[in-house]
Amino acid sequence: MNCQEAKPLMDAYADGELDAAGILELEKHLHDCPACALAFRNVQNLKKSLKQDSLFHTAPAELRQKLKAELRPQAESNQPFWTWNWFTAATTGVAVICLALLLSLALTRPSPRQQLAQEIVSSHIRSLMANHEMDVASSDQHTVKPWFDGKLDFSPPVKDLAAQGFPLIGGRLDYLGNRAVAALVFHRAKHVINVFIWPTKDSDSEPAMSSPINGYNLIHWSRGGMTFWAVSDLNGNELMEFVQDFGPD
Amino acid sequence: MKSFEQTVLPHLDAAYNLARWLAGNDHDAQDVAQEACLRALRFFGSFRGDNARAWLLAIVRNTFYTWLRKNRPPENVVELSDEVLAVEDLSVNAEILNSRLTDTETIRRAIEELPVEFREIVILREMEGFSYKEIADLADVPIGTVMSRLTRARRQLQKRLAGEFKPGAKP
Repeated sequence: MNCQEAKPLMDAYADGELDAAGILELEKHLHDCPACALAFRNVQNLKKSLKQDSLFHTAPAELRQKLKAELRPQAESNQPFWTWNWFTAATTGVAVICLALLLSLALTRPSPRQQLAQEIVSSHIRSLMANHEMDVASSDQHTVKPWFDGKLDFSPPVKDLAAQGFPLIGGRLDYLGNRAVAALVFHRAKHVINVFIWPTKDSDSEPAMSSPINGYNLIHWSRGGMTFWAVSDLNGNELMEFVQDFGPD
Repeated sequence: MKSFEQTVLPHLDAAYNLARWLAGNDHDAQDVAQEACLRALRFFGSFRGDNARAWLLAIVRNTFYTWLRKNRPPENVVELSDEVLAVEDLSVNAEILNSRLTDTETIRRAIEELPVEFREIVILREMEGFSYKEIADLADVPIGTVMSRLTRARRQLQKRLAGEFKPGAKP
């Protein structure tokens, strides 16, 4: 690969969107060519600087209020119209749907793992909706870790990843799979990452991506007697980057 | 079925952020974001996907372009050579560039000065973290166009930040 061939691939590489063959060739070229290596670092630095929280515009309270006021009457008046419009289709379809539901319930029970993943996503969304991301708000791992003492029967690993672009925001107690678990909260340019941690008897496993639920990505791994679930609306590549930075151990 | 409030409203910040960067000021951004949310409510019955954020942002984007045609003369239009991923001039004064990257105001201005077609791709990729495929679906353009616009947007940002950007020159 020469410089002319390398240039168009650099952005896709920095975005984690280059295929395996392209990655191998480009990495070899970047290793051998200082000019392209510098150009690539410039792209990475630019990407990082565009993710700053302060560039993100949060919706003003005024807009939220206006919407709430508009939504109340609309939601009510829309309802009957919508129902009526679909009434014929709905009545004829109901019997079929009931049958199909019964059948699918009988045939395809979600696996315990899928149920857990669903529960984790619900928990993540709840923490965002209620504006209750954390019980202890601190970017200091030495504040967050002791906070869990006495509240849980285990001590979760806590680290700040601000240097990697994922600042620790705080921690929270949560309840999943019939037990109390630790939730660590990280940010990435206004995206929230929840990491749920609890003890397990499972042997160690490498981080693995589950299929997304409602647009949320999930990565699960186990290490040293603890099981970890990271969940976020961040894209899969960046969430995996976070998991690598968090360190499997 | 989950309600509109539970599915769509958690993404109001993302909707406003995109509208704000596209429209360029708070007042117009609030109008666009509000109109988009009301449209989303009207179409919510037909929403079947699993990515409510992408769905809402596609509506914000469409609402913005409708609003733009009505309210403003055409903005600086990008010449339509999207299909060709031209080899860009990657050289830029790295020292000046890196010193500017820590200055939020300078970066904000550089993004605001990008042509709108470039600006939206940068917001969707860097701030919203969408994949090329998701952006292509959302903005209704081929993936090749997403890649080409993103590449050119970044080169132009780098040039602007390093103070080397010349209007009229190839971005």
